[in-house]
Amino acid sequence: MIELEGLTKHYGTKTAVDHLSFQVRPGVVTGFLGPNGAGKSTTMRMMLDLDNPTSGTVRIDGKHYRDLAEPLKYIGALLDAKAMHGGRSAYNNLLCLAQSNRIPESRVGEVLDLVGLTPVARKKSKGFSLGMGQRLGIASALLGDPEILMFDEPVNGLDPEGIHWIRNLMKALAGEGRTIFVSSHLMSEMALTADHLIVIGQGKLLADTSMADFIQQNSRSYVRLRSPEQERLRDVLHANGFVVVESGNGTLEVDGATTEKLGELAGANQLVLHELSSQRASLEEAFMQMTAGAVEYHAHGTDVHGAASAPGPKWGSISEGD
Amino acid sequence: MTAPTHHHAPAPHAYVSPIPVRRAHLGDALASEWTKIRSVRSTMWTLGVMILLMLGIGLGVAAIASASEAPMGDESALGFGFFGMLPASICVITLGVLTIASEYGTGMIRTTLTACPSRARVLTAKAIVFFLLVFTVTTVFAALVAVAQVAIVDTASEPTGAEWLRATVGAGAYLAMLGLLSLALGTLIRHSAGAITVMIGLLLLPLVAALFMFSAALRSVQEALFTYAIPSQMIALYSERPPFGDNGPAGWEPLLIMAGVTAAALAGAYALLNSRDV
Repeated sequence: MIELEGLTKHYGTKTAVDHLSFQVRPGVVTGFLGPNGAGKSTTMRMMLDLDNPTSGTVRIDGKHYRDLAEPLKYIGALLDAKAMHGGRSAYNNLLCLAQSNRIPESRVGEVLDLVGLTPVARKKSKGFSLGMGQRLGIASALLGDPEILMFDEPVNGLDPEGIHWIRNLMKALAGEGRTIFVSSHLMSEMALTADHLIVIGQGKLLADTSMADFIQQNSRSYVRLRSPEQERLRDVLHANGFVVVESGNGTLEVDGATTEKLGELAGANQLVLHELSSQRASLEEAFMQMTAGAVEYHAHGTDVHGAASAPGPKWGSISEGD
Repeated sequence: MTAPTHHHAPAPHAYVSPIPVRRAHLGDALASEWTKIRSVRSTMWTLGVMILLMLGIGLGVAAIASASEAPMGDESALGFGFFGMLPASICVITLGVLTIASEYGTGMIRTTLTACPSRARVLTAKAIVFFLLVFTVTTVFAALVAVAQVAIVDTASEPTGAEWLRATVGAGAYLAMLGLLSLALGTLIRHSAGAITVMIGLLLLPLVAALFMFSAALRSVQEALFTYAIPSQMIALYSERPPFGDNGPAGWEPLLIMAGVTAAALAGAYALLNSRDV
């Protein structure tokens, strides 16, 4: 169990993390989601006592990180795949970590085996590909067989096989009752791995909710209709009490209706339809909507949502800051 | 749904590792740092080059002195050790800086401090491992060179026991202390090239600057620089008299001065390492 209370970090006048309070519970994969620059890595560094918070606290099983005598046995962290000395072999990189926490040397071989790096154990880590570096980082996180695991953007730059491997590994680790905390800026990735979701934007907590609730509340389903007699179709739908949204290209979108019902209605009114399809807004869209107002670096001119679409979060607990 | 609850009890099905938890202490940090320092090639390179310089220059100078057959009065041949010690110090500086700054360069420092959140323990372990390694290697090779020099140069006077001790253990301790100062500076600056440049500047610039202080108005500054420049202190270590003028440290005193400066720099390194974001 990791608990954050009012965690805040200022860099000069800039606020990177703003009164974050949430808990990471055991036995589930908790996704930590936010756009680039939202403060995810800063938060994780503060959780590991690498950066000092301006205010607020982080507790690991009730203790401050600095008070953990052998932290690798409580928390394994993958912050940055390249956080190893490239001139040292994979084996020695792990050995020096194991020794500092009194972890038996035999464990080094075990974790190398677990991540599939045994054949290159004696090779210098600077020659490793991104995927191998990521595996070495995960091996170091697993070294102490910890109860809590933290992964910062673990799938970044991985090939599909590597992504698949990490997803399954995280699920298996959570299945053993471990606490898994994984950050990402990709909603689609989270949807596949996380059971619980914490969303931040510009350092502020935007949502703290279960994945199931998030999906239910955010994946808008609607029916898309296209007809050569668009005017008449709209009138018919209006007359039957449906809310119709025109989405351009001659298509209409109707919320809260089934294709069966609308198909029958069109038939009864002898309307020709060129399209009648059930649509579901992706979670990615929901995430982008949620964080639209909190994105640090906008690419100007490509923002399809526009400045107007910055809805406040309407689910879960919301940290207002105090 | 997710109002913060303030209980610390872990969930009943929390994972429990079969690996036994044993209290880690400084000894474990020392083992870790020993693995680190022996498993990178830069250690072998810097120490290897240092040994070659000490042997090559030390024996070369002794051979030239022997061939010249010039009388050396009451001087012993041990003083020739200085000529190997000066270039050796550049290798020691490099290794000292790299011992910590390379961790900042590679990002390894974050992994190190995540594994051992006691930053004082990390720095202490690094300092001890580095000091003992450099002290041992330099003392052994300073002793080898000293024995060879005394044997080769037969026109010099027989060195006393105290001179033997300073030329071997003293030289080793002085170089190791200089390396420790570099390690402290590497901790403060966190950048290999920057810290090495500053250290080499500190080693050589005072003497070079003093050489060109022709103005009488700067005479006192010039004298101070000549007396306290690191190379002068190294020469003084081999002698009972200061090399320039009548005043200034000699014998064991240069080592004490270096120890004082290093202690101050290390204190700063501890303070900053503890308070700074990584």
